[in-house]
Amino acid sequence: MHRGWLLFVLSGTALLAADGAKVPPAPAAPERIEVPPPPFSDGIFPCSNCHSSMPVNRTRRELKDMHTDIVLKHDEAHRWCLDCHDATNRDFLHLASGERVPFDESYRLCGQCHGEKYRDWRAGVHGRRTGNWNGAKQYLLCANCHNPHQPHFKALAPKPAPLPPTRSMK
Amino acid sequence: MNAPQDPSRRMFMATAGGAAAGLVMTACGPKRLYEMPPEKLKHSIAQMERDYKQRFGREITVSDQGPLPGVHFAYALDISRCIGCRRCVYACVNENNQSRDPQIQWIRVFEMEEEKGVDFTHGNPYYHPAEVPQEGHFYIPVACQQCEDPPCTKVCPTGATWSEKDGIVVIDYDWCIGCRYCMAACPYGARHFNWKTPGIPANEINPHTHYLGNRPRPKGVVEKCTFCIQRTREGRYPACVEVCPVGARKFGNILDPDSEIRYIIEHKRVLVLKEELNTVPRFFYFYAT
Repeated sequence: MHRGWLLFVLSGTALLAADGAKVPPAPAAPERIEVPPPPFSDGIFPCSNCHSSMPVNRTRRELKDMHTDIVLKHDEAHRWCLDCHDATNRDFLHLASGERVPFDESYRLCGQCHGEKYRDWRAGVHGRRTGNWNGAKQYLLCANCHNPHQPHFKALAPKPAPLPPTRSMK
Repeated sequence: MNAPQDPSRRMFMATAGGAAAGLVMTACGPKRLYEMPPEKLKHSIAQMERDYKQRFGREITVSDQGPLPGVHFAYALDISRCIGCRRCVYACVNENNQSRDPQIQWIRVFEMEEEKGVDFTHGNPYYHPAEVPQEGHFYIPVACQQCEDPPCTKVCPTGATWSEKDGIVVIDYDWCIGCRYCMAACPYGARHFNWKTPGIPANEINPHTHYLGNRPRPKGVVEKCTFCIQRTREGRYPACVEVCPVGARKFGNILDPDSEIRYIIEHKRVLVLKEELNTVPRFFYFYAT
């Protein structure tokens, strides 16, 4: 009687274990997120339009001829263009590992330093989402709100203050 | 001689019993909208839509969409992100057909002093600098906290306000008599009274309305935030969530373990306003950083 029970329990455990083994672990690679197009300045992309015919100059320097409107205020003491922009294919960015990243996946690049923000953004905590709370949501790229060259969020003019209460109704 | 005594006592008991039963039926969560037979409700909504068309000269739909099963709404606002720009205030006014004149705004944004912390005695809703955020300040928008145990619904003498199954505290404007007991009971100043017929330009009316939410109100009733019931019961985000330029506003189903709202409550520093009152708000404030 006891042995029968034991066998039953054991076989049950074995079944459970076998069942559990069939379920593969969740894939580690992060899924690609649907984002709006990156906020390029007009007519600037693809960068290769100009850059493909130019020699690559990897010397860190102040740009004098082109892109003079870009003022880097983003760890400028340690960073410059080619730390994020890919020198050999200008239509891409690149990670620290050298892996090329298209502009519409730039969040992977930002996430290298801002891992905590990246995690929060993926979870829907950092950044604005629109659409459905229980369905399709629209994300924004980091660059849609933060200028990558000057990421600090710009101050805004507030909308009008509420009217204070009056002593009597008009 | 002794005959009248017994009937009068019986009469008294019957009357008192009836009155007590009546009071119980009135005061203990009657959910007025749901007492109405469905055909009557349909008829009443059709009548309402005709009246609104006459009042505003355009088609206005009134939905009676009920709560979604397995859903309990909750809201979270990131105090470390809000810059006090008041975009939410005006998006809410437009979405929910609040009176422009006299002015009614369901969201009130307080400018707080960093040195004093979350202390509303130092909160200023009338700030108007050229740019926000201002150095040394942070900002806390306050609207209805959608309490789990709302003090406002308990004091309503007509049963015109109650908690829905999805956690939204609603008002049936047709049953509100404008006594404003609920406004006195609310510890958050979240309820607003229509002293006059709401003044809304006809071309600014949001025609997509809900019976218990943003349908145009008459004079003499109380109104408040409903988590944009007309949007959220269709699965959409509230208007304030979508307009916030810094993404400080988060909304979702607290019963869904994968929702962003649950992520926030489980991973971030979260607070509720006036926790000591035990109203159990479904509106959380948090610090993402």
